[in-house]
Amino acid sequence: MSTHDDLTPTNDLPGVDAPAPVRETDRPAYDDDHERTPLLERFPGRGSAAAWPLGLLGVALLVGGTFLSWSYTSNVLGDLSVDFYPNGVQICMIILGLVALVMLLAHQGPLHRLGDWLDTAAAVRILGLGALAYMVITLGIIAVRSGGLINVNPGGWVSTVGALLIALSGLMLVSHQSKDPLFAQTSSWVEIITIVVLLAAVLFGATYALGTSTGGAFSLFLVFAFALAWGLAKAGFFTWVGLIAQKNRQVLMLGAFAVAFLFPFTQGGSDENMSIATQVLIFAATALGLNIVVGLAGLLDLGYIAFLGAGAYVGATMSNSAFATIGWKPPFLVVVLIGACFSAVLGLIIGSPTLRVSGDYLAIVTLAFGEIFRFTMGNLDGTNGPDLTNGPNGIPAIPELNFFGFDFGQPHEILGITIGRFANYYFLLLVIAAIIILVFTRLNNSRIGRGWVAIREDEKAAEAMGVNVFGLKLFAFAGGAFLAGMAGTVKAHHDVSVSPDQYIFLESAFLLAAVVLGGMGTVAGVLIGATILKLLPEKLRFINDYRLMIFGLVLVLMMRFRPEGLVASQRRKLEFHEDDEDLAERIEEVHLEEEEAKA
Amino acid sequence: MSPMLEVRDLVVSYGKIKAVKGISFSVDEGEVVSLIGTNGAGKTTTLRTISGLLRPTSGSIRFQGKRIDSVAAHEIVTLGLAHSPEGRRIFPRLTVEQNLLLGAFARRDNDVRTDLQAAYDLFPILGERKSQAAGTFSGGEQQMLAMGRAMMSRPKLLMLDEPSMGLSPLMMKTVMSTVTTLQEQGTTILLVEQNAQAALKRATKGYVLEVGQIVLSGSGRELLESDDVRKAYLGED
Repeated sequence: MSTHDDLTPTNDLPGVDAPAPVRETDRPAYDDDHERTPLLERFPGRGSAAAWPLGLLGVALLVGGTFLSWSYTSNVLGDLSVDFYPNGVQICMIILGLVALVMLLAHQGPLHRLGDWLDTAAAVRILGLGALAYMVITLGIIAVRSGGLINVNPGGWVSTVGALLIALSGLMLVSHQSKDPLFAQTSSWVEIITIVVLLAAVLFGATYALGTSTGGAFSLFLVFAFALAWGLAKAGFFTWVGLIAQKNRQVLMLGAFAVAFLFPFTQGGSDENMSIATQVLIFAATALGLNIVVGLAGLLDLGYIAFLGAGAYVGATMSNSAFATIGWKPPFLVVVLIGACFSAVLGLIIGSPTLRVSGDYLAIVTLAFGEIFRFTMGNLDGTNGPDLTNGPNGIPAIPELNFFGFDFGQPHEILGITIGRFANYYFLLLVIAAIIILVFTRLNNSRIGRGWVAIREDEKAAEAMGVNVFGLKLFAFAGGAFLAGMAGTVKAHHDVSVSPDQYIFLESAFLLAAVVLGGMGTVAGVLIGATILKLLPEKLRFINDYRLMIFGLVLVLMMRFRPEGLVASQRRKLEFHEDDEDLAERIEEVHLEEEEAKA
Repeated sequence: MSPMLEVRDLVVSYGKIKAVKGISFSVDEGEVVSLIGTNGAGKTTTLRTISGLLRPTSGSIRFQGKRIDSVAAHEIVTLGLAHSPEGRRIFPRLTVEQNLLLGAFARRDNDVRTDLQAAYDLFPILGERKSQAAGTFSGGEQQMLAMGRAMMSRPKLLMLDEPSMGLSPLMMKTVMSTVTTLQEQGTTILLVEQNAQAALKRATKGYVLEVGQIVLSGSGRELLESDDVRKAYLGED
């Protein structure tokens, strides 16, 4: 049966018949020894003609059910008790149902040709199972909150049955995908519209997720988003998205920046979500800086938070706070530069003796450096040394930033929309994040970036090629520190106070986790990783006590099942799946195509 | 005319152990010079010291009249001295073309594409598989890639460390005939080999290294005909 493994890459345009894919049954018998028939293929009724109408019925029930009341009481998950007025929790199911419908129609029906490119069966399967999980959790929440399943209204049951039918249909369908979406050739306006739609979806999704009032609704959104993303990924949709994102990089960058820029305007002046958003942004910007060190140069830095702290302390001691000890008060932009340079100098001091040795030593030294920084800041209180940092109490009451009369502490009206205090900082942090992203991509595509690749691959060989190994490593280390210091100066004003306990080792670990989870060496991946890691504990207060355990578990599972991270370039994937010859071949094919396109 | 590369009284130690115990030799422009010797004779150490990856304990290394024994490795490459290291050390997960381009890392001119083509002309198989991950290559193909990569820096002197290691006799022949081709194209070559027969046949000059010292030297032909070499390295008595 057509699975991902036996796709035959073709360069044909859509609609032109491709050579038939190699089917499992055509394979020689000895293959069966190590490739037993998957459980999925022994599913009863698989391949039957009933699967497709069953799926359509499922979609109709799932979507139809959302227009009916799900709950007898009106105080669960917002309000699910009104007929013909679906709320957010129900709209998620409508969206999931509609995507499943598109997949079904691509399987058989008007969008038949699309089905040649996508693994529709797998998509319907995952979407159905996801919807089913979503419905079961929803019904569970209703039952627990209002005392028994009796409180579930017919709509809830109808949607659940619908989800079940979609899942069954997906399990029975056999997809007729015959082409690899990696070789799809689409017109550029389709690509740009797709990017715009996806970005808009991200904006709406983020607004909805942040606006959810209960942990339950937020968790349900996560289930929904995960099912949708996984389903589309299974279908091969994201392979194509990755391709067009590469092709239309500028559009994507501009679009993503526009979405991020528009986000505060959706919040109606409320600071509640913006304060989370600014924290996410500080975290993401710092993680992107760390990504240069870890992802590009391949240096393990376990004390990176100290560079953020160094910037923050520079920002604080040079501010107008009553506890600031440095008399000189330069303008903020100068402070940003001083903070960044101070961090970079620290980076040079730590880096120059340790970067000559490899790997583990650097990790240990940076780990120690992070702690030394924290203790030093806690001790420079006048008793044990010069009075610089006000010791363990830190420097409180750092005044708000003020750019040419624009007070960051006050709400402002822009085009009739109120922009609160955190939104002001959000815009400033967005600029910092944009600078870091720009530096990152520029470096990655430069001669320096190629040198880093060589160092990551084989340090000794790189040296023999004329790569200045030590110099480039030191540059990555100091450069990463510079960017973190820059972000730190803003963080000091944003947080209003700095104290040593903000810069504990755990924070460094989280930064590293964001980079690894998202995908080392990528911008999008690290942004996603940082968002997940910062947003989840904020919205799911109840997991806060267990968050370390959960993140640990997630990371272990990631290393087992997707070591390249959530987002990874094809080539990066190869680094983790060296023996995957199919992948190597696919990459080669794509590379050849690119070459031909250039010629 | 002073020699292109002149090594004088070179001593290299790993801690207390002297791996190279005061050797002197020279390479003139246009020559193919072979350093032969058994395992542990100090051949690789000598090459690594010349290219700046190791530092000598004493002695001097001059390249085109300039002392390079304290110059950083990445600067030595820019002077025109390329090193194709032992065990080939290609970048296995990068494509052939990326490997070759990294060979030109030290250059800052815009002629790299021309030399890329030259490398493909020298080894057609590299051109055919330029988008393939280098790790999927056979040993011989990897050796071709390593040599092509070293040539990408437009070296005046190319140092090859055991290019025949682990190759089939046929592949070894191809690789060794490339040495002659490169010499004809005007590259000076310092060749380190265990395979004395192959290395000396093509050498204008040869040195025999034994436990860190040069015990014999002469033209390639002289060494091939010398009884000591025949006994020790060619398995004849």
